[in-house]
Amino acid sequence: MPSLLLSRRDLEFLLYEWLDVELLTKRPRHAEHSRETFDAVLDLAEQVATRDFAPHNKKADENEPTFDGTTVTLIPEVKKALDVFAQTGLIASGMDESVGGMQLPGVVAGACFAFFQAANVGSSSYPFLTIGNANLLMAHGTPEQVDTYVRPMVEGRFFGTMCLSEPQAGSSLADVTTRAVPQDDGSYRLFGNKMWISAGEHELSENIVHLVLAKIPGSPPGVKGISLFVVPKVVVETGERNDVVLAGLNHKMGYRGTTNTLLNFGEGVHTPGGQPGAVGFLVGEANRGLPYMFHMMNEARIGVGSGAMALGYTGYLKSLQYARERPQGRPVAAKDPSAPQVPIIAHADVKRMLLAQKCYVEGALALVLYCNRLLDDERTAETQEDREQAHLLLDTLTPIAKSWPSQWCLEANSLAIQVHGGYGYTREYDVEQHYRDNRLNPIHEGTHGIQGLDLLGRKVVMQGGQGLALLHRTISATAARASGDLADLGAQLQASADRVVEVTGQLWATGDPEVALANASVYLEAVGHVVVAWLWLEQLLAAEGRTGDFYDGKRVAGRFFFRYELPRTGPQLDLLASLDRTTLDVKQAWL
Amino acid sequence: MNIVVLVKQVPDTWAERKLDATDKTLDRASVDVVMNEIDEYAVEEALRIQADQGGEVTIVSMAPDRGVETIRKALSMGADKAVHLSDPALHGSDAVQTSYALAKVLGTLEYDLVIAGSEATDSRMAIMTPLLAERLGQPQLSGARKVTVDGGTVRIERQTDNGYDVVEASTPAIVSVVEKINEPRYPSFKGIMAAKKKPLTTLTLADAGIEADRVGLASAPSQVVEFSNKPPRQAGQIVKDEGDGGVKVAEYLASQKLV
Repeated sequence: MPSLLLSRRDLEFLLYEWLDVELLTKRPRHAEHSRETFDAVLDLAEQVATRDFAPHNKKADENEPTFDGTTVTLIPEVKKALDVFAQTGLIASGMDESVGGMQLPGVVAGACFAFFQAANVGSSSYPFLTIGNANLLMAHGTPEQVDTYVRPMVEGRFFGTMCLSEPQAGSSLADVTTRAVPQDDGSYRLFGNKMWISAGEHELSENIVHLVLAKIPGSPPGVKGISLFVVPKVVVETGERNDVVLAGLNHKMGYRGTTNTLLNFGEGVHTPGGQPGAVGFLVGEANRGLPYMFHMMNEARIGVGSGAMALGYTGYLKSLQYARERPQGRPVAAKDPSAPQVPIIAHADVKRMLLAQKCYVEGALALVLYCNRLLDDERTAETQEDREQAHLLLDTLTPIAKSWPSQWCLEANSLAIQVHGGYGYTREYDVEQHYRDNRLNPIHEGTHGIQGLDLLGRKVVMQGGQGLALLHRTISATAARASGDLADLGAQLQASADRVVEVTGQLWATGDPEVALANASVYLEAVGHVVVAWLWLEQLLAAEGRTGDFYDGKRVAGRFFFRYELPRTGPQLDLLASLDRTTLDVKQAWL
Repeated sequence: MNIVVLVKQVPDTWAERKLDATDKTLDRASVDVVMNEIDEYAVEEALRIQADQGGEVTIVSMAPDRGVETIRKALSMGADKAVHLSDPALHGSDAVQTSYALAKVLGTLEYDLVIAGSEATDSRMAIMTPLLAERLGQPQLSGARKVTVDGGTVRIERQTDNGYDVVEASTPAIVSVVEKINEPRYPSFKGIMAAKKKPLTTLTLADAGIEADRVGLASAPSQVVEFSNKPPRQAGQIVKDEGDGGVKVAEYLASQKLV
């Protein structure tokens, strides 16, 4: 039966016919791989996701984790699924051979992981965070830290977290107050509270490796005084319980299989080494914690985009199946009320909702895979220049890769509910849970608003605007390749990309960042649509000359995006160009 | 304890399975193919016996070139090596001919046990292990839900309608297994990478000493003469409950031999 998680056919089209990932096997890092191993690991991921993750998705939602003051309890299926995930070696799929990894290209590893996010986003959060944590320590940890923490994470014995936010400091990390006090033996003791920590406490693994942002007394104020520490739940060297404890679980709208926690560090509940304070170890250099953490955050942001895409994708496939099977009503032109009803997919408005979902989720999948492919290029492209270009383009696209799927694949989930009608609003069907789960994605790992500020305030102006210039050149090259039947789309895309550059210049020409950034979220949305239009044109070019329903489906969805979606950017860019001050000038009392 | 596992590549259970209109053989080209599901249990059982007793596990499969995908999967689960019998002349061979060809391949190998799934999802004949036992003159233990090996003796629990029989034989023996026997493992990522380097021998008819006129569609003892699509599903029967609905439903189920 075709999967209702993701379309394997679409994945194969994007990986092999568009992104040509087989070329990556020519690079030394991936020389042991081939199309055969890529297919086998995609098969494996799809199978494990289908058999071990999807079946308990609803049960985990209905039975959220509980805390009795001592122990967090989850339904047993979560641990069983995570054990299978670890035993099959999927945690280490993209990691270095030196730690037991398989050096799978990131773009293929990302495609594999999307199956788990579609099947059960709650359970897949644990390996998601563990992989990001291990990758950060691989990049910035000492060899001892790699041995102590990364190897057990690769084996699935330890799980990881990232601890950034505090009750009073979420988006504003400059205001974190957790203290890290140096000790004579070179370690630190941490004191403070961390909020919204996913996977912060559970009994799923032998140990939990927290990566914690904290300030060393005397360090500079603001983000330049933040350092990064590894704080294990159990001190590995002594086996003692560390002084990091769960204050409570947050009860959420979705993602209920993932424990989300408030953690207290250093409150003296445990006294490792005979004294209170959570034992921690500095990662890298002091006061460079935020750049290190962004190593994990940037991957995590693409991963959040992937999760949003996966939830949108599975909702689309389920609503498509429902629309094919649900008889209701007759064609508008039908006169005979006794004529048999037609499946709802025959109705134009239902087709519109399915097309909108298709262009959102397939566009988002293309965006996420493209960014993962850039991650590979950043790491293994042949020349230094190619690696730098990949890094610059990826840096520019990251806020879009995070936000665009979070916004539009959530909209896809809303449409999936709409296609189901009243049934979609009930818990009998999966789509309402997908919507609730997906509602997190515009919030965590940097809210929508933060991503807008990042794109307009940082990414498009960094290095004298080189990131935006590179994006514009790359889009223009695609537009220039569009000829014949696609020429009109190429022209429309080129005009939109030119307008983005023009409006960006107008926004910053004022020299007033307050005015420039007042509508950064609108900017994010407009540029996101232009980027996804570009990736749709890329897909249509890859499908050129090919026949059959799959390729015709690509062509109609691509044209739908250009006809129904891309024109939205016109009024948005006009609003931005007008330097509208409404959001600045509105008085708080008027709201 | 050297074990051979017979593995068959079949159309995906969920795919629409069709016969080729031109020669009335199974259309394998236009559908997704997978390892016959029960064969995964056979591979798993062999690996478990190997873990206990040592020796080698060899996969044997008769299939077109594409069959190598299924063989690799069995190797990625942990089998040591494989033999792929692949020759265009085998196309259209029926069960009797297939058993002849497989028996010839088995004749080139040293083994204590041959393990196979009890039936394939495409042909549903459940006949291969008895045919092989007959050809090889070796005992057959069919329908195993449990297998134990003790020296030169293999003992199984044979699944029956009401329970199980205990049956034993001396090795070498041919064993077929049912789904109750175990829970097949997934291939691991390491296994997938290792499978690429495991020995895979491809044999033609000549390599295996198979006489060409004893296999293939033209000389098949059984031939598909004609086929047609399944008739459309009949309308359902509505039972009106007039106080005796339960009885009527029970009678209906009994008449269909469902209870």
